[in-house]
Amino acid sequence: MRWHKIYGLSLRHFYLIRSSLPRILDLIYWPSIQIFLWGFISKFFTLSSDYYNNTVGIILSAAILYDFLFRSSISYNMMFLEEIWSRNFTNLFIAPIKLSEIITALTITAIFRTLIGLVPAAILAIPLFGVSIFELGLPLLFLLISLYIFGVTLGLLVTSGLLRFGPSFENIAWASLFFLAPLGCIYYPIEILPEWLQIISKVLPLVHIFEEMRNILINEVINYYSILKSAMISFLYFIMGIIIFYLSHSGARERGTLINIGE
Amino acid sequence: MKLEVKNLTKEFNSVVAVNDINFSIEKNKTLGLLGPNGCGKTTSIGMMLGLIKPSSGNIFIDGKDINKSEKNLLLSLINFSSPYVELPKKLTVKQNLEVYGRLYGVKNLKLRIGEIASDLNLINYLNKKTGELSSGQKNRVSLAKSLINKPKLLFLDEPTASLDPDVGDFVRNYIEQYKKKNELTILLASHNMSEVDRLCDNVIMMKEGKIVDKGTCKELIEKHGRKNLEDTFLKIARSNNEVA
Repeated sequence: MRWHKIYGLSLRHFYLIRSSLPRILDLIYWPSIQIFLWGFISKFFTLSSDYYNNTVGIILSAAILYDFLFRSSISYNMMFLEEIWSRNFTNLFIAPIKLSEIITALTITAIFRTLIGLVPAAILAIPLFGVSIFELGLPLLFLLISLYIFGVTLGLLVTSGLLRFGPSFENIAWASLFFLAPLGCIYYPIEILPEWLQIISKVLPLVHIFEEMRNILINEVINYYSILKSAMISFLYFIMGIIIFYLSHSGARERGTLINIGE
Repeated sequence: MKLEVKNLTKEFNSVVAVNDINFSIEKNKTLGLLGPNGCGKTTSIGMMLGLIKPSSGNIFIDGKDINKSEKNLLLSLINFSSPYVELPKKLTVKQNLEVYGRLYGVKNLKLRIGEIASDLNLINYLNKKTGELSSGQKNRVSLAKSLINKPKLLFLDEPTASLDPDVGDFVRNYIEQYKKKNELTILLASHNMSEVDRLCDNVIMMKEGKIVDKGTCKELIEKHGRKNLEDTFLKIARSNNEVA
């Protein structure tokens, strides 16, 4: 792993973000809208029924964490798509960089893109709705790491699809997270799902992350085992994502699609 | 660097794009890769750049098989320029050269960028976004990127396509001068026969995935009894396949 190459590749994306104010505003806009929307919906529930007490805090925290996952995955995909859109793919893949360096550069850079969007939204939630995600304390960091690993994994799987099927796979990039969201039990406890779906959803790290978030906020108890379990599951998916990415790259070399992927 | 291609074949779903080609380029020589559209030039270049996996055959660079040796070490000594492959448009010329300089591990990068920008008359455009440049300027930026690492082996795919005669001549002249001062082997794919005649020591002609003729420009013109390389190209392209 050569860090100057990883830095070089990350620099390309930093320059891109820095060069355009609309691009930065776009990164901030969607997470903020998400916070506004869920904030007002849950405030309405709280005001309308005693049953929904403390809903604002839980729903908004879930919205912020889900958006963190969404943004990290989309950031990863976007950076890869930027290479396709700018028809820079051939230049990138003939440069003396290892696939592991490309994956590392995208993983590191995606966190900056994600935080640019999410930090303002998380801060906005404090004065607007009196909800601070930071109240989760140290476990928040572990939950975010777990979410980030899974987000990057989804990014890797989508980029593998882009390598395998070309830019037509782009739509899947946008849809991938919406597909997993119902199974992730982001806004509701796992018991809501039918039993057979519960079995499937437990294979995903999301359910463990969001269940633990609710556990911390409602019961004020931290279950580190649950956090560790979610991180381990995320990591397993990450390894699988890397293997699939390597296989897709090899398949793309076999089919000759690397040379004309942007055309 | 010496490039050797041995029995190189590529099949896509039983369609043979490149059929058992053999050729070599001696160190510091320029080889022209000619042939009609769809003859397998791009696929061949793709395999030599490591972007496409050959179905069979080998590519040796200074005796090392690119698909078996430390690929990244060889790639750091190679580069490629094509008007069909672009650099990120939103980045300035300087930023693009900096990014690629870092990817190629160029030392004294600032100095190298200044040097190459000065040589290619790009100093005034360094802080301009690449997407805002004219095609002639973009072409020079692409050439600058391809020379940023002082490659020993350079692949040029139609380096003067869509350029006006003045800029085209500037680029050809620059490649000639650069080659005189530096150790550089070139593989040039082009449809501009006067460019090939001017820059290439040897030429290979491809048709339907095969090499159908090879030699110096002069040899090919004489062999086919034509006045110039363009007529020779037309004769070979329109004739039935006969492998040389």
